[in-house]
Amino acid sequence: MSEARGLTSWLTTTDHKRIGLLYFWTALAFFLIGGIEALFIRVQLAQPNGQVVSAETYNQLFTMHGTTMIFLALMPLGASFFNYMVPLQIGARDVAFPRLNAFSYWVFLFGGLLLNASWFVGPLFHAGMLNVAPDGGWFGYANLTERQYSPGPNIDFWVLGLQILGISSLAAGFNFIVTILNMRAPGMKMMRLPAFTWMTLVTQFLIITAFPVITVGLAFLMFDRFFGTHFYVREAGATPILWQHLFWLFGHPEVYILILPAMGVVSDVLPTFSRKPLFGYPVVVYSGILIGLMSWGVWSHHMFAVGLGPIADSVFAATTMLIAVPTGVKIFNWIATLWGGDIRGTTALHFAVGFIAMFIIGGLSGVTHASPPADLQQTDTYYVVAHIHYVFFGGTIFGLFAGVYYWWPKMTGRLLDETLGKVHFWLQFIGMNLAFFPMHLIGLLGMPRRVYTYAPELGVGTLNLVSTIGAFLIALSILIFLVNLWRSRTHGQPAPNDPWGGATLEWSVSSPPPVYNFSVIPTVTNRLPRWSTERHGPMRDPPAVPPEPIHVPGGSWWPMVAALGLPVLALAPLTQTLWVAFVGAALLIAGVYAWAFQPFEV
Amino acid sequence: MSAEREGTERHAHPTVGVYLRVGAALVILTVLEVGVFYVPAFHVVLVPVLLVLSSAKFTLVVMFYMHLKDDNKVFTFLLGGPLVIAVGVMVALLFLFLGALTLRGAAGAG
Amino acid sequence: MTAHTSMGLDNRKMAFWAFIGSECLLFGSLISTYLVYKGKSIVGPYPPEILNIPFTSVSTFDLLMSSLMMVLALAAVQRGDMKWGKIWLFSTALLGLVFLGGQVIEFTDFVHKGLTIGTNLFGCTFFVLTGTHGAHVTVGVLWLLTLWVRALQGKLGPANAMTVEITGLYWHFVDVVWIVIFTVVYLIQ
Repeated sequence: MSEARGLTSWLTTTDHKRIGLLYFWTALAFFLIGGIEALFIRVQLAQPNGQVVSAETYNQLFTMHGTTMIFLALMPLGASFFNYMVPLQIGARDVAFPRLNAFSYWVFLFGGLLLNASWFVGPLFHAGMLNVAPDGGWFGYANLTERQYSPGPNIDFWVLGLQILGISSLAAGFNFIVTILNMRAPGMKMMRLPAFTWMTLVTQFLIITAFPVITVGLAFLMFDRFFGTHFYVREAGATPILWQHLFWLFGHPEVYILILPAMGVVSDVLPTFSRKPLFGYPVVVYSGILIGLMSWGVWSHHMFAVGLGPIADSVFAATTMLIAVPTGVKIFNWIATLWGGDIRGTTALHFAVGFIAMFIIGGLSGVTHASPPADLQQTDTYYVVAHIHYVFFGGTIFGLFAGVYYWWPKMTGRLLDETLGKVHFWLQFIGMNLAFFPMHLIGLLGMPRRVYTYAPELGVGTLNLVSTIGAFLIALSILIFLVNLWRSRTHGQPAPNDPWGGATLEWSVSSPPPVYNFSVIPTVTNRLPRWSTERHGPMRDPPAVPPEPIHVPGGSWWPMVAALGLPVLALAPLTQTLWVAFVGAALLIAGVYAWAFQPFEV
Repeated sequence: MSAEREGTERHAHPTVGVYLRVGAALVILTVLEVGVFYVPAFHVVLVPVLLVLSSAKFTLVVMFYMHLKDDNKVFTFLLGGPLVIAVGVMVALLFLFLGALTLRGAAGAG
Repeated sequence: MTAHTSMGLDNRKMAFWAFIGSECLLFGSLISTYLVYKGKSIVGPYPPEILNIPFTSVSTFDLLMSSLMMVLALAAVQRGDMKWGKIWLFSTALLGLVFLGGQVIEFTDFVHKGLTIGTNLFGCTFFVLTGTHGAHVTVGVLWLLTLWVRALQGKLGPANAMTVEITGLYWHFVDVVWIVIFTVVYLIQ
């Protein structure tokens, strides 16, 4: 069975491994775009009264930086790994719905392109280039984002882009819930699932419950902007606070949607490189589930400054402090996993340990805003920016890089260079602390976030300069990472099935795995199938040549056609052209029908 | 996750007779709802009575027409988990917006 | 479809239940918004002046009956009785169309009485909530008609009972959402 090649095979692919790679490269590209936006922000803020960009451009930069990093870089990088690894980790040949999986990817790509197209299409809206990108912040607070205060197409791009991206995440959510619950190999009980798969499952449940809420919030905003409703219009008796509630009802679970996959990666990487089973595996799983549940009860801590009243403030302060408990439990589990282990200091382990250290700092500063009086001092200052970056950069990004260095050989068949990897790690580690630690002080000294410049009298010029230097160190570290990726294509050491001595099923097949993943579906008898412990020996890996031919379903164009309908539909309100909506709907419906009636067996 | 069973599980669907009886119950409950709405004597307890009646209809449809009563518990979980979150969010938002969680609200001014 | 699954359950059915769970949050957010903005409109028309309870009661009855037709369709398909399967599938779709027709009449009537989507907060929340539900009914009707056409072509038989069951799950869910909307929007004023 040879693998199909050529562009068409990629455009029509339904193979979870190829979709995982498509997610990876696309998300990496968006990560670089979001990073360049961040560099512009840092250059502007490097000294007081910065003149590099205008206030309007700055608004677009920080809005697109946040939106891009969250929805187009971190979530899809997580998606890249769960696409590639989950079927391998549970012993399946593919996900439950391969074509739906392709649909998720194409919707993500088109949604991301639509959002980013806003940088260049100003002339179509009688404005210059770099003028119509979203500029209302990644949280898009109403009523600032109402037509009255944001008349241009900027917010339209944001609303429509996020609606499209939500569909992608929801489709992937249903797909992976079913895959993990229903496609496990014989004997792969729930409590034998690798920690990464478990955290992916919790993440998917958060996605399918949280995204509908933002969908509704965005739909209201869309109706307000296009069809004259007043969901967030104060003059009509409505309250913009409703947007804040709907946004943060989604927004807080979203934080855990971003961090849980990284926690899962770390929970897989640490045991491998300590040669010890994950300490307290059931506790790690249960605390992950508990974090998921509790993330639904803390949203108003983003809104203490609204003045919800002492009772609401106290309740949400208490729940917020409580959610630190299961998170702290996990930290102790990770440290205890390392303790007394036979530690191999690979780059992946460096990133995993870096994750623990940085995430502790981010978690602690998070607990400081759980207290409403403290939070009132911190709201809308750089202190919060420092917190979010310790969580998302120190946490999610470090966790995901641990995943890249750990799974790259599995995904491409080539090992990344360890020396370059360690240079990357240390530069990034030093760079992020230089960039983000001073922000705590900058914030406490009173510099507001989302403001394009500051006066020299504020006395934060030096700290901002340090932060900018840190940002450029991060950029340098990412360049080294890119060089490492590029080099690995030709100079990377070819990877054996299992370069690390991993315990989980993905290491039992070749690197990269064959199209059908497992020549024989393994039967799992314990949680660490590839290790020998006092209770059991290692499993036998599936044979390299399948004993009988394996049918692998072919590709399909229809998921992409259906996905294309969505951005076309979004163009209708953007361009105020009704017939475009019919074209989009026709594409979507035609794609879905052709898909439904196409013969395709799993 | 309790269901770790192997192989295909067969669940019996209700018979046509059960479907018809549930249908009749749904009609009766709807008639009751509309009836309660028009009887002035009920207006004091209108909201709780209507909530009970519509929950009864909801439960009947979900249990019998959607077969949750006899089907795998995973499906009950997939509906029930999000439903609990949705109801929780709804109750929390009502408290937050109606001012019941502020001291001003507790004093009755809203 | 799938020969073996670890829980012995149909993948599509499980995905559909997850989808329904997700829809709970969608309608939950819409209904919450309706409730939060209840009585906050600063200009009329207000709900008691405009909602037509007898008319909507008939629509509600119509949708409940369509749910009954749907389970009868499923039972017929499961026992291989495609003659009645076709009849019940078509009746379900027809009752769905009647419901949609009722909604069109209701919306037109409201617009004539001066309530549009932009009139006041009641108009915003009412039209978006019931409109979203109506969009779900529309999708359901298209889906049912598709199955009916497949059945007429002889391409739908007892082997596809699961497809009919899943269609039914969707249809009944849309029905229970209406049960809640009817109570919360129409009866509790």
